[in-house]
Amino acid sequence: MSEATTPLYEVFIRPKAGLSHKHVGSLHACDDDMALHMARDVYTRRAEGVSIWVVRSDLIAASDPVDKDMLFEPTASKIYRHPTFYDVPDDVGHM
Amino acid sequence: MYAQALDQKDRSPVIAEDPVRLERFEARCTAEDKIEPKDWMPDAYRRTLIRQISQHAHSEIIGMQPEGNWVTRAPSLRRKSILLSKIQDEAGHGLYLYSAAETLGVSREELSEQLLSGKAKYSSIFNYSTLTWADMGAVGWLVDGAAIMNQIPLCRCSYGPYARAMIRICKEESFHQRQGFEIMHTLAKGTVAQKAMAQDALNRWWWPCLMMFGPPDQASQHSDTSMRWKIKRFSNDELRQKFIDAMVPQARFLGLDIPDPELRFNEESGHWQTGAIDWSEFRRVLAGDGPCNRQRMRVRRQAEDEGIWVRDAARAFAAKRAARRQAAAIAAE
Ligand SMILES: [Fe+2]
Ligand SMILES: [Fe+2]
Ligand SMILES: [Fe+2]
Repeated sequence: MSEATTPLYEVFIRPKAGLSHKHVGSLHACDDDMALHMARDVYTRRAEGVSIWVVRSDLIAASDPVDKDMLFEPTASKIYRHPTFYDVPDDVGHM
Repeated sequence: MYAQALDQKDRSPVIAEDPVRLERFEARCTAEDKIEPKDWMPDAYRRTLIRQISQHAHSEIIGMQPEGNWVTRAPSLRRKSILLSKIQDEAGHGLYLYSAAETLGVSREELSEQLLSGKAKYSSIFNYSTLTWADMGAVGWLVDGAAIMNQIPLCRCSYGPYARAMIRICKEESFHQRQGFEIMHTLAKGTVAQKAMAQDALNRWWWPCLMMFGPPDQASQHSDTSMRWKIKRFSNDELRQKFIDAMVPQARFLGLDIPDPELRFNEESGHWQTGAIDWSEFRRVLAGDGPCNRQRMRVRRQAEDEGIWVRDAARAFAAKRAARRQAAAIAAE
């Protein structure tokens, strides 16, 4: 087999109006238009969505899982970013 | 199951892994953490998954053939639409699974080459022929039923992309089993000849379906590590037993007999106990000598060859469109 390889695409689907697009999987296609058609056939056979995005996998910039702890460290140490950090007397009512 | 051949010995050289990383990896598996494509993983984990996922994908692809055999002869438009839809789903399952395998660093082309060259295996069950319309019932009810039994625990597999593909597949599989049961039920309630046809299908599919779960636990090579790494959750025999316990009452409901004179309910264990499974048949079919092995491979290779012009045309069309877009962009400058 000496056939050229076809590019890999990632597929994102908006399940219904008001929700964001969510990654559902990937597929191979020769260009964007064909990727959209194939995404429709492969990933929306049961009314899974109202909109499809496809993007070539090699165009996605991603964080490195190795850097995960360093990258997301502030979420753990800056607990004052959460509402539950603050003492508000109960009798103030709902806030 | 769809990856039965995994239970055969892996002959690849064993790579000595960094003990610290290995320990951390195993702790993540134990903690039910999901492993993602870019995470560190032992070489054997990667290899086992590539083999398991690709064998599973190949099974979905080859699995379209026994049912494809009846599309033009389905007894009504309703049945024909259903069958087409089911076969289309199986193609989809193959594609989800190939994508999951590709995240482990193997290309689609390599995977399909492994299938076409006969290097990779697929489930033994798809090497049996579908002789009558009742086989469409038996395949959906029993074969998809056995597949579901095996695939539900795989939805919790430690490898993220595989687990996510399995969740999607399991959702779609339940229609497959129900439509098969409906076919069996319709035939079983029908004329004497129709009921006999349903019984004949059950007779031929029962034992091969029990073999789908792979060799008995004593003969299986891979289970320990696969269990520790949360690739596998139940042993072959455990899954087979679950399947038997679920199917016996359903066969009774249909008024059909399980073709096993030794079948009896074990009061102590609370399980249905079957007679001995003929493992020599299983080995024969897996090794290439089942009723349809050659035909399945021939049809698959033919489909690949006859599809070359389609793939060439798609590439040429993409190149043409890209060139036009570029020309238009230059003209606009
Ligand atoms: Fe299947
Ligand atoms: Fe399937
Ligand atoms: Fe299925």
